[in-house]
Amino acid sequence: MSTFNIFDVAGMGMGVQSLRLNTIASNLANAESVASSPEEAYRSRHPVFSTVQMNAMNDAMDDAAAVGIEVTDILESDKDVQAKYDPNNPKADANGYVYLSNVNVADQMADMISASRSYQTNAEMMRAAKELMQHTINLGK
Amino acid sequence: MNIENLFGIHEQALNLRIQRAQVLASNISNADTPGYKAKDMEFNSVLKEMASNQKSALSATHKGHLSSNGYGIADIELTERKPLQTSLDGNTVDTQVESAKLAENNMRYLASLRIIDMKIKCFSTALRGE
Repeated sequence: MSTFNIFDVAGMGMGVQSLRLNTIASNLANAESVASSPEEAYRSRHPVFSTVQMNAMNDAMDDAAAVGIEVTDILESDKDVQAKYDPNNPKADANGYVYLSNVNVADQMADMISASRSYQTNAEMMRAAKELMQHTINLGK
Repeated sequence: MNIENLFGIHEQALNLRIQRAQVLASNISNADTPGYKAKDMEFNSVLKEMASNQKSALSATHKGHLSSNGYGIADIELTERKPLQTSLDGNTVDTQVESAKLAENNMRYLASLRIIDMKIKCFSTALRGE
């Protein structure tokens, strides 16, 4: 029965949003990481979302309407990393510089709120679909 | 009361409501997908088309023939929604609009379901004849 497609769509939605939250968590955790060269410095990561046709997955004629979502790629930000003069740091290079990550904490916080709201909306959608199914199952009782 | 058409339009309406819920659910899930265009269907006109197509579906020339529903759900035409505000990434989903539409769609699904439920109860009361 095709109501279950809503569960699939909502489940995929929750999956990608939790992956997004995961990348935000690692970005925030590494916001203060330092490295000895600009190449080694931590770069902020962002997932790329794209749609996926549900009927390709379960090959049913009547499911053309449902479109899921998936993460196709995780991109690293190419923003310049900041160099900081800190000769006492064990990771400092020959000139006494360490290289900070290019994570923007304010951006990540805003992104985190957006991701958790989207997750909530998907969860709510799944709850509503579950209610519809329960009523349908109880038909005629 | 014709038992073959006991539930009237509501049988098709339920199917179509589920389909529409799927479209709206896809919109909400893709609220953060770059370039995704929100879609919806013209519920009333699709349902009307469904009902008239059913009448012209396979005709039963013998009383033993079963009636058929001649309308494939894959034929539903989806239209792109006009966005309330533009976005840089080309996404046209307004989550609050989609949520509202989904809630309304669910309520109407439940309404059709309730009517079918009542008809089943009516019919079983008549059958029992208590």
